[in-house]
Amino acid sequence: MAEKTLIQAIHDTLQEEMQRDDRIIVLGEDVGARGGVFRATMGFMEEFGEERVLDTPLDECLIAGVAIGMALDGLRPVAEMQFADFIWPAFNQIVSEAARIRYRSNNDFSVPMVIRTPWGGGVHGALYHSQSIEAFFAHVPGIKVVAPSTPYDAKGMLIQALEDEDPVLFLEHKKTYRLIKGEVPDERYTVEFGKAEVRREGDDLTVVAYGLMHHFCVEAAEKLSGEGIEVEVIDLRSIYPLDIDTVLTSIGKTGKAMIVYEDNKFLGVGAEIAAQIAEKALFDLDGPIVRLAGPHVPAMPYAPPLEGWFMPNPDKIEQEMRKLATF
Amino acid sequence: MGKSKDKHTELGLKQEDLLAMYKFMLLARFCDERQWALNRQGKAPFVVPVSGHEAAQVGSIWAFERGKDVFCPYYRDMALCLAAGFTPKDVFTGLFGKVDDPSSGGRQMPAHWGSRKLNIITGSSPIATQVLHAAGIAYSKKYKHEDAVVGTWFGEGGTSEGDWHGAMNFAGIHNLPLVFFCENNQYAISVHESKQVAGRVYKRAEGYGMPGREGDGNDVLDSYKLAKEAVDRARAGEGASLIELRTYRFYSHTSDDDDRTYRSREEVEEWRKKDPIPRFESYLRSVEVLDDKGVESMREGAKEEVAEGVKQANESAFPDPSTGELHVFQEAN
Repeated sequence: MAEKTLIQAIHDTLQEEMQRDDRIIVLGEDVGARGGVFRATMGFMEEFGEERVLDTPLDECLIAGVAIGMALDGLRPVAEMQFADFIWPAFNQIVSEAARIRYRSNNDFSVPMVIRTPWGGGVHGALYHSQSIEAFFAHVPGIKVVAPSTPYDAKGMLIQALEDEDPVLFLEHKKTYRLIKGEVPDERYTVEFGKAEVRREGDDLTVVAYGLMHHFCVEAAEKLSGEGIEVEVIDLRSIYPLDIDTVLTSIGKTGKAMIVYEDNKFLGVGAEIAAQIAEKALFDLDGPIVRLAGPHVPAMPYAPPLEGWFMPNPDKIEQEMRKLATF
Repeated sequence: MGKSKDKHTELGLKQEDLLAMYKFMLLARFCDERQWALNRQGKAPFVVPVSGHEAAQVGSIWAFERGKDVFCPYYRDMALCLAAGFTPKDVFTGLFGKVDDPSSGGRQMPAHWGSRKLNIITGSSPIATQVLHAAGIAYSKKYKHEDAVVGTWFGEGGTSEGDWHGAMNFAGIHNLPLVFFCENNQYAISVHESKQVAGRVYKRAEGYGMPGREGDGNDVLDSYKLAKEAVDRARAGEGASLIELRTYRFYSHTSDDDDRTYRSREEVEEWRKKDPIPRFESYLRSVEVLDDKGVESMREGAKEEVAEGVKQANESAFPDPSTGELHVFQEAN
């Protein structure tokens, strides 16, 4: 057991898995000689060689398409998109190809590949280094979309992704990379997809989040505890498959539901969760389903006051929690 | 019998190769004619024709080792898929959307070929996406030190897509065992080559560090010759090649297109005179592999096979709607 940052957990896990399984190949921009712009693959090229750690041309469509080909031929490619914001040239390959190949071939072919990418804001990344991309991909059947928020989960879910027989979009919130530390067991383990985790128990209000927002929600909940408001915080961990049961069980206890996400509010992950709560637990509710999310502007602006305006933060979350708890 | 100086003998092709190549060209042509008839009778909602491309497809795939090499074709490649192991029944179960369709069990539109057993990689409708898959498979073969060459086919329209340029670039950088085949029929639906391709397709190879060759796609032996050189080169570890095979499609892009809106009847007639099938028949007669009677008997045999394929496909069931949610992900045991 060692305390690691989230990025260390990812680096070490991927390294250990590559030592175990030579079907795993890493490919992306700057993943080789540089070891990744966030150093997720630092030292890999030296250890595993250029054939297994490919510095690709600057072509995200190529990265996804070539990885699909590798997966079709029995390898386990781990494609890195340098920033989630740069994934769009690969959208067709991921959505039309990777996610559909099993279905369209009637189970004759499958694409066991992992796409890792740093996402999310709060790092002065502005419009093109802050984006939330999960809603676009979670909309598509045939690809799993996961977002671990702790080093423990990062390890267990990365191993799970590598063992999965279908494509997995593995989202790593870049603000959590070095901010979040936690204990990571030395032994190999997996964290099942589609299982949310109750991170903090409470009877007054259920709050659902993932990635950085989950940490902000726990922080806000701790403050409110001093006022006698006990918030139950659920870390979704996996966006698709979605563990709505854990959310509904919690609402059965609290009667109130709030979803926090930093993506644009409209048709974001919170919209789906709110809809499922309305469908399945309307009569358990003692207040409106609340979504705290990004405004309806194209992306997160750069200047600090503008970035702060866009992002939910512990203060904003605390205020919304208080309002709903006292509704 | 073939003489020692015959073109095919120089290429290393035996008489049985010629007869098999001819048979697959005929099967494709008659499957195509039959599917159009079924379309006009209202029995097949959508048809992707192959006629005109038979020589380019059969000639190029003949250079590969079936059972070992891997194929990433596009929707026009019916003759290629027949030569790779599809049967007329397979073609028509796909046409009708029947459960026995080997490509997709009736899920995809016709002509979206795929079969793990035959090493034909599943394809989609967006253009040239398969070319990147071919590059990834070729990389994997090289990484695993497997003796396998990958072939991928596309039209000249496909060479405009970023996926195509990415795959060419990647194949050039890594010297992949991969051969790119452009079946240049001069029209991407309605858009003429002059508005699609700046310069010439085969010359683009140089920019990606590989050889590019052009050939007569209506000549099955010429198509084979270029393919063989490129496949041998790839198998020897010398890297990728681009082959441009110039040809013409005799029908509209699909049954939903009307080529009279963009091609003159005179132009189509001119190309009909270069039909690859009579041309190959002339060659077969000239080297005395077949006489008129032999040609007639091969044609009748192919027509019967096609008719039997249609019959079997008609007898196949439609997929059950209860299976609609299967195979999104791997099913839990």
